Amino acid sequence: MTKLLSILGFILSFNALAELRATGDLGIVMERENGNALIINTSHHKRLAKIEKLGDLSHASVVFSRDERYAYIFGRDGGLSKIDLLQDKLDKRIIQAGNSIGGAISQDGRLIAVSNYTPGGVKVFSSDTLELVADIPADYGEGKRSKVVGLVDAPGQLFVFSLFDAGEIWLLDLKNPKTPVIKKFPNTGKQPYDALIAEERYYIAGLFGESGLALLDLWNPEAGVKRILPDYVKDDEKLPVYKMPHLEGWAIAGDYLFVPAIGKHEVWVIDKHQWKLIKAIPVTGQPVFVMARPDARQIWVNFAFPDNDQVQIIDANDLSLAKTLTPGKAVLHMEFTPRGEQVWLAIRDDNRLAVYDTETLQEIAYLPADKPNGIFFSARAHKTGL
Amino acid sequence: MKKLLLLMLFSSTGFAGELSTERQNTLRNMLNNDCGACHGLMLKGGMGPALLPDNLAGKPDEYLAATILNGRKGTAMPPWQAFISHDEALWLIGILRKPMH
Repeated sequence: MTKLLSILGFILSFNALAELRATGDLGIVMERENGNALIINTSHHKRLAKIEKLGDLSHASVVFSRDERYAYIFGRDGGLSKIDLLQDKLDKRIIQAGNSIGGAISQDGRLIAVSNYTPGGVKVFSSDTLELVADIPADYGEGKRSKVVGLVDAPGQLFVFSLFDAGEIWLLDLKNPKTPVIKKFPNTGKQPYDALIAEERYYIAGLFGESGLALLDLWNPEAGVKRILPDYVKDDEKLPVYKMPHLEGWAIAGDYLFVPAIGKHEVWVIDKHQWKLIKAIPVTGQPVFVMARPDARQIWVNFAFPDNDQVQIIDANDLSLAKTLTPGKAVLHMEFTPRGEQVWLAIRDDNRLAVYDTETLQEIAYLPADKPNGIFFSARAHKTGL
Repeated sequence: MKKLLLLMLFSSTGFAGELSTERQNTLRNMLNNDCGACHGLMLKGGMGPALLPDNLAGKPDEYLAATILNGRKGTAMPPWQAFISHDEALWLIGILRKPMH
């Protein structure tokens, strides 16, 4: 009998071994219309699992726990879902607002912050239990509440975000989560629509309602918010914008920041010491994501409707357009492998993911996915502000 | 043959506001994806306002069509007239006014 038990124990442990999985080369793909998340393996170009019923994922984004075991999915409908990448299952899910637009994870990995349109504000949750830790309504003026955009995490247990309707930037310090400290910067420019954090130091918001960008140096917040390129685009020169650019993918390469222009079919190259425009590179349409390959040698750009069948690649060495690809109908998102040898594209209307070799610029693999609109790799866990 | 010709006449030109199935699919896809980018997949709103039947009640068709075709200054709503005709805008409004589409 004991013999039998020990054999049984051996078999069980063997099974457990066979199912061991690391998460460093995994990722999450959003299927926008049917509300699914796919867990994928980037080394073997494989789909591992499908997690269903995650609500409206039409503008979903993902952050990862610092151990890269859990993925937190922010849905458009206010859903916050915690996915266990080791066990292919939904760990917890809450509906925390009526309408939301993304989130961030704190420096120490303990807090998840979500930016909400309705009701406008930021809610902060325990990354472990998804219990509410802090509720920060985006109140401004007399009894008004603003949509919140451009929420990022920053060193020092900070979250930084922008108030679309109020034109303000807020700095939220959660070193002590029970007593949040908020520093508000008013009059930072009309209608900030998204923001990024560069070099874990510069918070930069793009403005829709007026020309230029708003810059806050987190090493020196006392200096206030400064405007970059204030007069560059005149109102009457603006082309229609069929999709707002996304700024979390803004790219820094050496001394230069590559930025999607808004209302212009250009990528701007900005010197990060002077915050001056070095060059405006004409591209095929309204850029949405402008993303540097991890080594920053190439800058990949995708576009708003009606030019979203194309992807253009800028050579960061001579600031010229190197190549135009036509990967398929409606290229919505791009995600580089951690060291950049490959890039994955979400091609919504072709119902597939394409993997490109970034040296040969050839498609080397593809996977089926139903209306994919976002790809997020677990390596994001160790990057600030993504 | 006569029947076929008649059918072709109907499907290509048709009545005002009657669109080919292919064009209807394209417009529905635009509604889901391109309109949905700001107004939400469920049209419950986002950067742009909600477009559910209750939200549109009391707003005349022509007013809504003008917003779709010309956009609205001072907001993020762009003009769609390069991609959508007046009749197509009215067709889309008809879809939006129905409770489940």
